Amino acid sequence: MKILVAVKRVIDYNVKIRVKADHSDVDLTNVKMAMNPFCEIAVEEAVRLKEKGTATEVVAVSIGPKAAQEQLRTALALGADRALHIEAGERVESLAVAKLLAKVVEEEQPGLVILGKQAIDTDNNQTGQMLAALANMPQGTFASEVVVEGDKVNVTREIDGGLQTVALTLPAILTTDLRLNEPRYAKLPDIMKAKKKPLESKSPADYGVEVASRVSLMKVETPAERKGGVKVASVDELIDKLKNEAKVL
Amino acid sequence: MSILVLADLHEGELAATTAHVVAAAQQVGGDIDVLVAGEGVQGAADAAARFDGVSRVRLADHSVYAHQLAEPLSALIVALADDYTHILSSASTTGKNVLPRVAALKDVSQISEVLAIDSADIFKRPIYAGNAIATVKSDDALKVMTVRTTAFDAVSEGGSAAIEAVDTVVENTQSQFVKEELAQSDRPELGGARTVISGGRGMGNGDNFKLLDGIADKLGAAVGASRAAVDAGFVPNDMQVGQTGKIVAPDLYIAVGISGAIQHLAGMKDSKVIVAINKDDEAPIFQVADYGLVGDLFELLPELERKL
Ligand SMILES: Cc1cc2nc3c(=O)[nH]c(=O)nc-3n(C[C@H](O)[C@H](O)[C@H](O)COP(=O)(O)OP(=O)(O)OC[C@H]3O[C@@H](n4cnc5c(N)ncnc54)[C@H](O)[C@@H]3O)c2cc1C
Ligand SMILES: Nc1ncnc2c1ncn2[C@@H]1O[C@H](COP(=O)(O)O)[C@@H](O)[C@H]1O
Repeated sequence: MKILVAVKRVIDYNVKIRVKADHSDVDLTNVKMAMNPFCEIAVEEAVRLKEKGTATEVVAVSIGPKAAQEQLRTALALGADRALHIEAGERVESLAVAKLLAKVVEEEQPGLVILGKQAIDTDNNQTGQMLAALANMPQGTFASEVVVEGDKVNVTREIDGGLQTVALTLPAILTTDLRLNEPRYAKLPDIMKAKKKPLESKSPADYGVEVASRVSLMKVETPAERKGGVKVASVDELIDKLKNEAKVL
Repeated sequence: MSILVLADLHEGELAATTAHVVAAAQQVGGDIDVLVAGEGVQGAADAAARFDGVSRVRLADHSVYAHQLAEPLSALIVALADDYTHILSSASTTGKNVLPRVAALKDVSQISEVLAIDSADIFKRPIYAGNAIATVKSDDALKVMTVRTTAFDAVSEGGSAAIEAVDTVVENTQSQFVKEELAQSDRPELGGARTVISGGRGMGNGDNFKLLDGIADKLGAAVGASRAAVDAGFVPNDMQVGQTGKIVAPDLYIAVGISGAIQHLAGMKDSKVIVAINKDDEAPIFQVADYGLVGDLFELLPELERKL
């Protein structure tokens, strides 16, 4: 079985972002970029399935600027076999990403596609679900455990009330939650080896997919900052303040 | 404008979040229908019919919709979609699971976690863990969006909308429900609680969360956690507050042994009053806390419980 993994280049999760002075967007100049953390978990899961013998090949895909090839190289260093870069602008909407991925799915015929549950820049949480719809496949979103058995995959999902397990017919789409696994770090020899692994580059036009936005970004603002308050010296003072100043007790 | 609201269900009952989504729908303006889809959910439909502002409840009661699996539920909504200009749900795990699928099937975008409605096609939503708020305009004829329920006050009850059965039964051969392990608790639900007390890695282990339970009982609070506490196995996943967990905005949020990473702040910084208890007086949580108490939680929590 082949596994397709979608990886997105995003701002590093440790970076505190700034909004541009003209409120047109977030300022990404000279900001540290990285693979979306949920995509790292997706790559790790695919690689583990290959190590277990369930999968035979892991293909990583990224849609974005040329620089997204860095994240594909990371995926290759972590154990993906080959990579596909679809060159597009910084802000391709989830629906367009899902359409491109659906074309790749048609071409590659994977048994599983693993995506992150959420990109930490747009916080959209939708691409995997959209891909599942377009590819007419079942979806196991927010997965914390994945067990492939014959032509089915059992997925434990993190839901609001606890955990839910569903059985999906393969091929299927999965999106990762934080508890699915702990991604490994790429070792230096693997990083060197990754440089020689195949990385193909294509354009949305090659797939006949229109990537124009349907949703325009009108304005980006910084939310009202919270002011740090006071330190209290004791539990008694805390209770007093909550009762008499904040009036929440 | 005609709006379809997907009702949130919890073990077959109508979840409180639905009333907040109806409030968001009222701000869009227009006729509001609520879709209750599940198995044995007549009671939930009755409850939804009592919400102010609802014109009609559409009830799809069939085993194929049990557990609200994404594949049949999205197919059902798509079958009804032509009647509507807007489809809304809460940004619950069900809403997030189902609505993007609906949007893609209708070839439209989906807008996530809407926290303000400027007009019928202009919305505000958080990006980058809530460190920026984007105003977006949708050019799609059908707007599909999930709503951050803490940003909208619930509608009141007093209505008596008609309940109409939906006979559409879709097939589902792709996915099957296996089991659910739901947390059982007498405490208020995290997303809607007036008071929340959360523990982080500093709690040390799951047993020590009992120190929070005693206080939660006295305050009628829900108990939450940081990702670190969930990852370490102290508490279950449904307690995680943050960018990728639950969003809370109670009157009082008490963070105990939590450092205050941006991903955690994203889930609680709209709380009215924030209290932090941490032994590190430089922990970033103090930068957002109205009241900070520096010290060892193992000494401070029992004292707090005693004195409340
Ligand atoms: C993609 C991604 C998504 C994430 N999503 C979330 C999310 O939704 N929610 C979330 O919370 N995090 C999330 N995180 C994780 C986040 O970055 C932090 O790692 C996490 O919030 C830290 O949890 P913590 O504050 O409990 O632990 P730590 O940062 O380890 O802090 C523990 C604190 O406890 C204090 N402490 C220790 N012992 C005591 C004591 N005896 N008395 C008093 N204080 C004590 C310490 O001083 C310290 O400040 C996410 C991270 C990533 C990469
Ligand atoms: N531009 C992209 N290229 C590759 N994968 C993407 C891209 N955008 C989103 N994804 C995938 O979809 C997941 C969820 O993203 P989103 O729905 O945008 O929050 C990510 O974790 C990726 O796996």
